[in-house]
Amino acid sequence: MIGLVSYLVFFLILSLIFGIAVLGLNLQWGFTGLFNAGVAGFIGIGAYTMAILTGPSRDAVFGGFELPFVIGLIGAMVVSGIAALAVGIVTHKLKHEYLAVATFGIAVTIQLVCLNWEYLTGGTLGLIGIPNPTKDLAEGPLAQNALFLCIVISLGLITFIAIENIVKSPWGRMLKAIREDEIASSSLGKDPARIRLEAFVLGCMAMGLSGALYVSFIGYVSPWDFLPILTFQIWTMLIVGGSANNRGALLGALIVWGVWTMSGYVISNVVPSEIQAQGGAMQAILIGLILVVMLLLRPRGLIGEELQVSRHARSLND
Amino acid sequence: MFLQHLADGILSGAIVSLGAIGLSFTMKMLRFANFSHSELLTWGAYAALVFLSFFSTFGGFFDQTIGPFSFGLPLLFAMACACITTSLIAMFLHLYVFDRLSRSAGHMTMVFASFGVALVLRHLVTLIWGSDPIYYSNELQFAILLPGGVRVMPDQVFLFGLTIFTVIFLHLFMTRTRTGIAMRGVAESPSLAQVSGVNVNAIILWVWIIGASGAAMGGVLYGMTIQLRPELGFSLILPLFAAAILGGAGSLYGAVLGGLIVGLSENLSVMIIPTTYKPAVPFLLILLILFIRPDGIFGERKR
Repeated sequence: MIGLVSYLVFFLILSLIFGIAVLGLNLQWGFTGLFNAGVAGFIGIGAYTMAILTGPSRDAVFGGFELPFVIGLIGAMVVSGIAALAVGIVTHKLKHEYLAVATFGIAVTIQLVCLNWEYLTGGTLGLIGIPNPTKDLAEGPLAQNALFLCIVISLGLITFIAIENIVKSPWGRMLKAIREDEIASSSLGKDPARIRLEAFVLGCMAMGLSGALYVSFIGYVSPWDFLPILTFQIWTMLIVGGSANNRGALLGALIVWGVWTMSGYVISNVVPSEIQAQGGAMQAILIGLILVVMLLLRPRGLIGEELQVSRHARSLND
Repeated sequence: MFLQHLADGILSGAIVSLGAIGLSFTMKMLRFANFSHSELLTWGAYAALVFLSFFSTFGGFFDQTIGPFSFGLPLLFAMACACITTSLIAMFLHLYVFDRLSRSAGHMTMVFASFGVALVLRHLVTLIWGSDPIYYSNELQFAILLPGGVRVMPDQVFLFGLTIFTVIFLHLFMTRTRTGIAMRGVAESPSLAQVSGVNVNAIILWVWIIGASGAAMGGVLYGMTIQLRPELGFSLILPLFAAAILGGAGSLYGAVLGGLIVGLSENLSVMIIPTTYKPAVPFLLILLILFIRPDGIFGERKR
C-alpha cells in the first residue's frame, strides 16, 4: 500500500511538473497560435539554470553557487525568459511552420550547447547533486516526496491561476484576436508582433520553471533529458487535453504521462531485458499513435476550447 | 584540407538534396511542413536492406560487385524496390492521415500529425531492426586520390553521379511530361489547376511518389557511404528543412542547390567552429535565410 502511495506521489509530481510546461505551451499555441517546436530547449535552460544556481560547487565547472531553492526557481524563469526574448526577437517575422522549424533548431542547438560547453554544463556527464528543497524539512523519502508534491501543486496552481487570469484579461483577449485574425487586430491599433513576443516569453518562463522543478526533484541534470522527444511529449499532452483550455492542458499532462509510465512499466515486465531498447521504442510509438489518432478523431482534445460569445452580442439576441 | 572539406560537403550535400526535393514539394503543394519526411530516408535505407538480402540469395551473377564499387546489382535493384516501398508508405500516410486532416482541420494540424507520424516511423525502425548501426556490405574500398590530395571513395562518386542523373531526370519530367507540367500548375494554384482539368488528387499522389523516392535514394546512399541507423533521417531533419527553405519551397533546383549549400557549409564550418557544433550550422542557415529572404533564393516574392 505504501509502495502504491509513494509511486502515485512520484507520478503526480512528474506529471504536474510537465503540466506546468504544457500550460506555458498552451499560452503560446492554444491562445496565441505560436508554434513553438523547441519546448525541450526552454525546459533545458530552466533546468541547467537551477542546477548552476543551487548546485554544489565543483572544480573546473562554472556555478555551484548553492543558492536557496526559491532563488533558483526565479533565476530559472528569468534566464529562460531572457533566452525566449532573444529567440523571439530573431524569429518575430516568422509564422507557423517556419517558426516551428526555427524553434526546433533552437532546441537542437541548446542541446548541443548543453552537451559540449563543459565549463558551464558539465558536458555529457551533466551536473549532479542538485539539492532537493525538502531534504532538511522532512524525514524519509515518502514524506519528502509528499512535501515536494505540495510545492509542485502550489506552483502548478499559481501558474494555472496566473495564466487563466492572463487570458481572461483584456491583454489575453488580444492574444485570441491575433490568433484568429492578425490583420483585423492590427487594424484596431494593436501591435501583434509585440504581443506575440510577450506571450512567447511568458510561455517559455513557465517551461523554465518546469525544468527547474524537474532537476531539483530528480537531483541531477544531463543533456539527454532534453531531447526533441520531450517536445513531442509536451505537444501530445496539449493536443490530448485540448489546446486553449488550461484544465485540458493539465489533464493532458496527467493522461499522457500516465500512459507513458504505465506502458513503460508493462514493457519492462513483459519484454525480455536484452531487447529493452525495443521496449523504449514501443513507448514512443504509442505516444505518436495517440497524437495522430487524437488529431484524426477528436482534434479539439478531450476538453477543448470553450466557445466564448461576447456579453454584448448575447444581449443583442435577447 | 579545404579541398577535402569541399568534396565532403558536396557529397553530403547531394544526399540532403535528394531528401529535400520531396520536403520542398510537400511544403509548397500540400502547404505544410512535414516533420516526418526525414523518416522516409530511414525507411528507404532499411527497406533496401531487406530487399538486398533477398536479391543476394540468388547468388551467381548477383554476387559480384560492379567495378570498384562495394556493391553489385542486388543493391541497385534493392534501391528501386526501396523507392516503391517508401512511396507506398508515403501514399498510405497521405490517404489515412494527412489528406484527412487537410480536409477536416487546418494545415497546422497536419504539422502536429507529422510529429506523431515521425515518432512512430522512427521507433518502428528501432523495433524491427534494433538500434545498432548496420552496413550494406563489408567490402573494403580503396579511396581514389584526386588532384589536390582529395580522397573519395568509389561509392561516393556513384552517389554524386546518381544525384546528378536524378536531378536531370526530374527536370525533364517536370518540363516535358503532362504530369510534370500539371504538378507545377498545382504548385502555383491548386484551384486554378483544377478548373483547367487537372486531377489535383492524382497529382498530389505523384508529389508523394517523387518525394518518397528521392528520400529513399538519399537514405540508401547515406547507408551506402556512411551507415544505417534508426536516427539516420532524424539527424537530417534540420539540414533537409534548411535546404528546402534556402531554395524556396516548391523549387526543384532550389532544393538541390539548397542541399549543396547546406552540405558545403556544414563541412566547411569545421574549419572555423568546433566539430561538435556542426549540427547547429543548418539551423543558423535557416535563421539567416528567413531573416533576409523569407521565401528562399528561388522562391517567388510576394507582391
